[in-house]
Amino acid sequence: MASKSPILSIENLAIGYGKPPNQNMIMDGLNLNLFSGQLVCFMGPNGVGKSTLIRTMIGAQPPLAGQLFINGQNTSDITIAEMARLVSVVLTDKINAGNMTAQELIAMGRYPHLGWSVSLSKSDIEVIDQSINQTNINALRNRKIYELSDGQLQKVMIARALCQDTPIMVLDEPTAHLDLNNRVEVINLLSDLAKSTNKAILMATHELDLALQSADRIWLAGPDEPIIDGFPEDLVLNGKIDEVFGLKGFDLKTGRLEKQLGKGEVSLIGDGHAFLWTKNALERYGYAVVDESEIVINIINDSNIAWQIKNKGEYTVNTLEELISLL
Amino acid sequence: MNNNNYKIKLLLWLPLAIVLLFILNISLGSITIPFPDVLSIIMGGEGASESWKNIIINFRLPKALAALVVGAGLSISGLQMQTLFRNPLAGPFVLGISSGASLGVALLLLAGVSVYGVGLFNFTNWLVAIAASTGSGLVLILVMIVSLRVRDSMTLLIIGLMFGSLTGAVVSILQYFSTGEEVQVYLFWTFGSLGGLNWSEVLILYIILLAGLSLNFVLIKPLNALLLSENYAKSLGLNVKQARFLIILSTSLLAGSITAFCGPIAFIGLAVPHLTRLLFNTSDHKILIPAVAMTGAIIMLVCDMVAQLPGSDMILPINAITSLLGAPVVIWIILRRGSMKNTFAG
Repeated sequence: MASKSPILSIENLAIGYGKPPNQNMIMDGLNLNLFSGQLVCFMGPNGVGKSTLIRTMIGAQPPLAGQLFINGQNTSDITIAEMARLVSVVLTDKINAGNMTAQELIAMGRYPHLGWSVSLSKSDIEVIDQSINQTNINALRNRKIYELSDGQLQKVMIARALCQDTPIMVLDEPTAHLDLNNRVEVINLLSDLAKSTNKAILMATHELDLALQSADRIWLAGPDEPIIDGFPEDLVLNGKIDEVFGLKGFDLKTGRLEKQLGKGEVSLIGDGHAFLWTKNALERYGYAVVDESEIVINIINDSNIAWQIKNKGEYTVNTLEELISLL
Repeated sequence: MNNNNYKIKLLLWLPLAIVLLFILNISLGSITIPFPDVLSIIMGGEGASESWKNIIINFRLPKALAALVVGAGLSISGLQMQTLFRNPLAGPFVLGISSGASLGVALLLLAGVSVYGVGLFNFTNWLVAIAASTGSGLVLILVMIVSLRVRDSMTLLIIGLMFGSLTGAVVSILQYFSTGEEVQVYLFWTFGSLGGLNWSEVLILYIILLAGLSLNFVLIKPLNALLLSENYAKSLGLNVKQARFLIILSTSLLAGSITAFCGPIAFIGLAVPHLTRLLFNTSDHKILIPAVAMTGAIIMLVCDMVAQLPGSDMILPINAITSLLGAPVVIWIILRRGSMKNTFAG
């Protein structure tokens, strides 16, 4: 990776608002790189300045100091029109296009490539179709925007950014307000797109668990810390993520919530999913699973799952709920 | 989707309705002129009486043509303002253009020219137009300067409203110190009027409409992009400040000149864009701009016919008719078609 030159690089960047006497600096001394074909998750607590950096990166507000380079070209020398062919965005702005169809909205991604009469050429339509296929939203094509769910709308907005056909895509919390299914789907989609289209995709998000599983790199912004750019697993093991988020009651190294295991010990015999979920239920109710114990639970994995408990007697139950109530 | 459907509406039904209503509009009036004579006069034929010819050529035709241009111009301005400010309640006059015009006219009628008497109405017609243009022009220049300075359009909207309040206050003070007669003349101006325009004035309106319309076709892309948001528009490579400036310029030209010649005509600019969105079921300005212009023209022709009270000697103020006719129609359509929110916003 080191031999490749970055598509976007940030050098000694300071971001914030206002003009010199009343300047409100939010972050400074930023040095970061973005590479093609990578999904980078940009994480940090609310209010740390994620959106400000994103707004600065897409040219919506000027940097207070330092430089941004895209393909080696200083962004201050890049016009708005040229920028639109380099960076596409998915923002949190409320859109006002309820009466458009999804396809019409997606087609607006082609605007940087069109003249004032906004007539789509054959190749424009091909790019639009391709983006619709890549985001897997063919069924939504002719639906009105106001009919779409939040998750569907987000995929449409991603398709719109996709058909803008830029080497860089920047997304500001694309998974906010989505349910778990849609969050997983959106992040997987972005991860796939980074690989299949060789775009550099930067996404601000709060989804720590999903980011750890899908991101190629993580930009980690903490209060009073410049942004740390690292390999996701490294950031977990060196405790940086813990430091920034101050996670309470969540053991990041095992990826699980910490449990108070004070109720006693049981030994569990079994394997596979049944073993994992039984262990989960036991631990949630405060029982530590150990190798040797007076209480032995045997998972019987026939056609119907059952649990045999050897305590002061022997019982067999068919649900975990009953099992817990017997202990 | 439904490509042909909207094309038929746009290219066939709306123009057809305009032509029919235009002829009907010219045929109706306080003096009954038989339809065949109306047609022959329009075609430049001979035979009809001189007075009929005079009525048609010098009164009804300019008035019907004015109705077309006023309806189209105000409706387009309204559409632009609604898109720019992302507000379904915006209309051509939110930026204080009509307030500025009112102030100009009020200054003229209440403080100045009225000394010469109301009898000079033909002379004052141009003076009124000049006063109105000056007033709206000054407000426009102020708004334009502000538009280049502020970051977002919402600030601009509030500043426009403030200009409106300011000028309104000055007009109130002027009215307070004026005689009843002066106030009445001013009041008549605020009722709006399509009649009383001569051919050269109509020509001016058409030149401005043409300029405004051509500006609008260049603005299709920014207007569509602004439906997303100003940030998105920027990310699509559009110069938002420049677009905002051009949108305001076009609205000011259209709404300002119309107000100068016909008075502040309410409602059309607010309602027609909504009606058109419901009719065409789209947010695409490529379709909306011509559609809104034609729908506006149609509605103005109808309102003018109603205001004439065909067969009677009376003419009702056009400003009252636009709202009186338009409001129930809009309410009916909203109730029938469900929420306007769906067609306007997400």
